[in-house]
Amino acid sequence: MAILEAGLDLPARKAAADRIFARKRLFSIGVPALIMIYLAYVIFAFDVPGIAARAKMENARILLADTYSYQTHVERDNRRAGIKVAIEGESKGTYAAGKWPDWVRQEGEATVIDLGGDHVVRFDPDAVRYDVPGYGLLTIVQRQDGVSLEAPYGPLPDWINASDTRVALATSAGRLTVTRTRAEVFRYSVGWELFWFTLDSPFYGKSPGELFAMAISSDQVRPGQSNLSAMASDFWNNAMWRHGDVAWAMFETVLMAFLGTMGAAIAAFPLAFLSARRFAPGLAVRFGVRRIFDFLRGVDGLNWTIVLSRAFGPGPLTGSLAMVLTDTGTFGKLFSEALENVDEKQVEGVRSTGANALQRSRFGVVPQVAPVILSQVLYYLESNTRSATVIGAIVGGGIGLLLTQAIQTQKDWEEVSYYIVLTLLMVMMMDVLSGWLRRKLIGGSSASTSAP
Amino acid sequence: MTLTNTAGPAAIKADYTAMVQRKRLYSGALLIVFVALLAAGFNLADRRNAGGFWDGLHKILDFPAELLGEAIGKAPALPGHLLYYFPAMLETINIAAVSTLIGALIAIVLSLLSTRGLARWPRLIPLFRRMMDIMRALPEIVIALVLIFILGGGPIPAMIAIAFHTAGALGKLFSEVNENADLKPVEGLASVGASWLQRMWLGVLPQVMPNYLSYALLRFEINVRASAILGFVGAGGIGAELRVAISWGAGRYDAAAAIFLLLFLTIVAIDQVSSHYRNRLVKGR
Repeated sequence: MAILEAGLDLPARKAAADRIFARKRLFSIGVPALIMIYLAYVIFAFDVPGIAARAKMENARILLADTYSYQTHVERDNRRAGIKVAIEGESKGTYAAGKWPDWVRQEGEATVIDLGGDHVVRFDPDAVRYDVPGYGLLTIVQRQDGVSLEAPYGPLPDWINASDTRVALATSAGRLTVTRTRAEVFRYSVGWELFWFTLDSPFYGKSPGELFAMAISSDQVRPGQSNLSAMASDFWNNAMWRHGDVAWAMFETVLMAFLGTMGAAIAAFPLAFLSARRFAPGLAVRFGVRRIFDFLRGVDGLNWTIVLSRAFGPGPLTGSLAMVLTDTGTFGKLFSEALENVDEKQVEGVRSTGANALQRSRFGVVPQVAPVILSQVLYYLESNTRSATVIGAIVGGGIGLLLTQAIQTQKDWEEVSYYIVLTLLMVMMMDVLSGWLRRKLIGGSSASTSAP
Repeated sequence: MTLTNTAGPAAIKADYTAMVQRKRLYSGALLIVFVALLAAGFNLADRRNAGGFWDGLHKILDFPAELLGEAIGKAPALPGHLLYYFPAMLETINIAAVSTLIGALIAIVLSLLSTRGLARWPRLIPLFRRMMDIMRALPEIVIALVLIFILGGGPIPAMIAIAFHTAGALGKLFSEVNENADLKPVEGLASVGASWLQRMWLGVLPQVMPNYLSYALLRFEINVRASAILGFVGAGGIGAELRVAISWGAGRYDAAAAIFLLLFLTIVAIDQVSSHYRNRLVKGR
């Protein structure tokens, strides 16, 4: 220490101490200052000020609203007869005629749509009428050459958007769009629509109590099939949410992670011996194997994925092979570090019994490194489940693919949130599972890992 | 254990052999189950893949050979390509660096708040732990894709997504480090009336900083890879350029080869530098 080196001379010691403090002070101001300068540079490099202009807050609103609510479309198309009532406007969510929800009524020629809160829209034969509480009656007439709007006296409020060909308005209760040929009402409802059963299922709209009663009754809804199995199959094959496909996709993701991690561990284990200082047959071999590990890790999962999908096409196998290649590099490095830290005494003991090299490894080395290696492998199993989601998005497999597809269509945000919740649960379950296995197989003190 | 002192050597040997055999049986059964799982999983993945494993195996070198062939054929253009794509590479590295920085800062706060003995509000420890679990479990791509929808493409969605995940991942590692911190300086500071912030800043952080830095460097390595991948699925940086370059198809692969090379060199360089400094931080040499 500088203070001690300064000897017993008090002023010199004080000066030395001051220098240390000055250096520390410089450090404690300099490091935060450097971080600040870097962040300031990045703010401009990433054009953070411009993000406000580029951000579409409307998208955020749609996304949020769609996560907890859905819309039901009621549509009258003059070119077709009849009214179409469909959840999210999708054909697989269309109500059969006469089985409409109770807020849509047919009154003679007119269709009355009750949006709740005294908001009522009428599709009359001659016009579309919407009595907006607190504002007044809107009458929209559809003509051959366009639409005309009759509104209460005064300037139009900004929630009405009217032109000669189209009138669109949004209130707190829902939305109405009228063009020359079509009139469409959107009604918002809270929840995830048709999550359990679709409209064509006999179990749609039943309460849990009713479902339970149906499940235990012997009165078969579908002859030849028990109600419980019919229920399970209707849920599993739900056309809107595709629970069966989603479960498959999750399984595929976990499968990719499992195959990738275990394949890499199996490939890396013997190679690690060749690259560990104690076991390598020669310096050249050790150097060569180490460079192979560096190369495998350096090329990285993304590039392996691209290269492999050229040979094997898209799918889960490609993803897991890419993981095998990358993780062989990582595991090789980690395993050989573990091998180099082996305690020589045990090997010595085994040697004293006349064991050959293979036996020395099996009984002197493997028992020592097994806990470390196992713990690292299990850790990567969890981490790779996350990677498999990303790789799945690139190679087209698993939950990653479903997620990207759902996001790219930009309308089924409730499905996106469903997938996000499932992915979260899947990764957490793998975390718990790998932790449990680690405790079970290694017992008590888990070897510390420097794994990510 | 069934070995007792009263039994003769023969009995001990019989007991021991029986135990070894039982153990071997269990390990053997476990191994068979594991191999069967692996084989079944491989077959399943093979069937659900577009191209089969055995059909593709001999084609595995075709694409790299094509890339390499074109890159060598147009070797004079390579330095130009490397220079051209360098800003994109820099963006990817910047995304990783900023997200590691921000993630680590959040992680420090979260980890201090969720370590027994150090927490500001001990009753909220489970809350902060669950928060970190969720942040850690959420794959980056999920947040990135949602943010790209709202904020548009570019580096910022990737940065936020990676920082979010990093905060959770580092938070867990940091709180493990915190648990080993010596509490005496903290108590000493408390006895002279230091506030919680002062206790953490002066009592805990100097002890744990080397370990924090080491973990943060490792995270940085991982985040460089992650930001390249996120670029490929829509965020900015070298990943986006790679996607474009590959879609140009045969005849223009020299650009893709340059990007591959650039990525490879960057990752290897960052790995080497970071592992050098990590060794110094942890082992003090």
